Amino acid sequence: MSWFSRKKAPISAVEKKTVQMPEGLWTKCKNCNEIIYAKEIERNLNVCPKCDYHFRISARARIDLVLDKDSFVEMDADLQSIDFLDFKDSKKYKDRIKASVAKAGGGDAVICGEGTIDDLPVVVSVFDFSFMGGSMGSVVGEKITRAIEKGLELGAPVIIFSCSGGARMQESILSLMQMAKTCAALAKLKAAGIPFVSVLTDPTTGGVTASFAMLGDINMTEPRALIGFAGPRVIEQTIRQKLPEGFQRSEYLLEHGMIDVIVRRQEMKQRLSQMLRIFTKS
Amino acid sequence: MQAYLDFEKPLVELEQKIHELREYSTENVDFSSEMKKLETKAEKLREDIFSKLTRWQRTQLARHPNRPFTLDFIENVFTDWFELHGDRNFADDPALVCGFARFEGQPCAVIGHQKGRDTKQKVIRNFGMPNPEGYRKALRIMKMAEQFGLPIFTFVDTPGAYPGIGAEERGQAEAIARNLREMAALKVPVIVTITGEGGSGGALAVAVGNRVLMMEYSVYAVISPEGCAAILWSDGAKGPQAAEALKLTAADINELGCIIDDVIEEPSGGAHNDVKLASENVKAYLKKHLEELQQLSPEELVEQRYQKFRAMTVMAEEAVEG
Repeated sequence: MSWFSRKKAPISAVEKKTVQMPEGLWTKCKNCNEIIYAKEIERNLNVCPKCDYHFRISARARIDLVLDKDSFVEMDADLQSIDFLDFKDSKKYKDRIKASVAKAGGGDAVICGEGTIDDLPVVVSVFDFSFMGGSMGSVVGEKITRAIEKGLELGAPVIIFSCSGGARMQESILSLMQMAKTCAALAKLKAAGIPFVSVLTDPTTGGVTASFAMLGDINMTEPRALIGFAGPRVIEQTIRQKLPEGFQRSEYLLEHGMIDVIVRRQEMKQRLSQMLRIFTKS
Repeated sequence: MQAYLDFEKPLVELEQKIHELREYSTENVDFSSEMKKLETKAEKLREDIFSKLTRWQRTQLARHPNRPFTLDFIENVFTDWFELHGDRNFADDPALVCGFARFEGQPCAVIGHQKGRDTKQKVIRNFGMPNPEGYRKALRIMKMAEQFGLPIFTFVDTPGAYPGIGAEERGQAEAIARNLREMAALKVPVIVTITGEGGSGGALAVAVGNRVLMMEYSVYAVISPEGCAAILWSDGAKGPQAAEALKLTAADINELGCIIDDVIEEPSGGAHNDVKLASENVKAYLKKHLEELQQLSPEELVEQRYQKFRAMTVMAEEAVEG
């Protein structure tokens, strides 16, 4: 028996009049919650025109954004992950690979190739978060290593755009070893005096941060990107404390001396071009 | 300290009985025949238990509270131990011990994770989870070893690098990454032994060696079974399943063919049952591999290590058409 009872029926929600709207015409910004015309965001390089929130973009979109038009030549597109451990959680790794490959139309979580930035030849590797969270297994590690070796061969600067949850658990120890493999290749690049620029985008964590992504001669990030070693949830569970405001975001990392500069997407190409020209003799 | 795992319990009870009988034996009362019977029984039971260990049980053995830690190996394998402290930037990290010693009379550097046995020691050693300053100290010592042309022995036994606010602020990821790059280029022999838990990047940051050895009941994986279960099964208690899926035991990893060079046998019942014998086994393997590596020039050492890690790839490469 409750103390109070309703005399009137509660106000019911207005019967939903569904306005027919074409899918994806409007997008809600994850940061400021503004509803924005999708085309406007796209025109603005997938950056919210209201609050400057940088939406995640695909590897292909990133390549178009940074490299000179039609200059990109992809390499090692035919490398494929295999399920050598018969790994199974809720799904088999075999099936996860198949589904991701079908969705992405081939490839793996990173796209690598040669191209130019304002006519300066570079080798780029760009992660695609939509492929298994951009996780690094044998194929990703191999592609990154080959890209670094390509830079060595051509004497061209190497740029890696990271966007990854870390190592790919389904490949267990082999995915861990990709960290050592890629860093060993970077040791050679450094000894040869070839620049390496690491651009960390939202999110970059785990085994990718703890290997090549933190080893740039220049470490750049986009604004407000989540970058860390351990994920925020793991840290919270370990120390049982609330994390400080802005923890593991680009601005926080800049303040703590872990990155060189935060660059907005609109200026990325120009800043890369400017930086690389200082390091390369022309 | 008396500590044992669930599956060790019947064995421990039997051993207790044997021990009691021995206590009661006097010149007049002879239990030797009963004792002999029980001892045979215990040996059989031990073989029985240890031949059927699951991957999860092996993980528990790798974390056994009585398992020999780095300082135990230092005591039993090396002489003239001289510990050095601090990363010269921020602090000393007791979770990662570093220093110089002699191996068979030859000077060398020794680096390893250190866990604690009692609660106080566990806290001091941060459960064997290093902070960035630990990795930076290790790198400082490795560079010093290179400067003086000394071989480096590392011992790996950590749940992982410490995930804390301070660790992130001081660049845990950068410290690990830098070690990976710098270790790849060291011009002296580096021999790595995974003695207990090889926990992810926190282990790898001192494990880029010309040789990587694993003790029989050690494990090595990209993530702890509990961490893996929390992510993939959304349930940290599914560790046993995750351990099976991760194939993290020395035998599993040896089967992959490209990661480790040798599995070091342990005394019956695990290294904690006979630390002296376990250390002797380790010493024999270290000796063999050091002798092989000392045949190589500094450049050959760097190249051999590079090629070893370069080859760690399992994938399919489709023939390019046209």
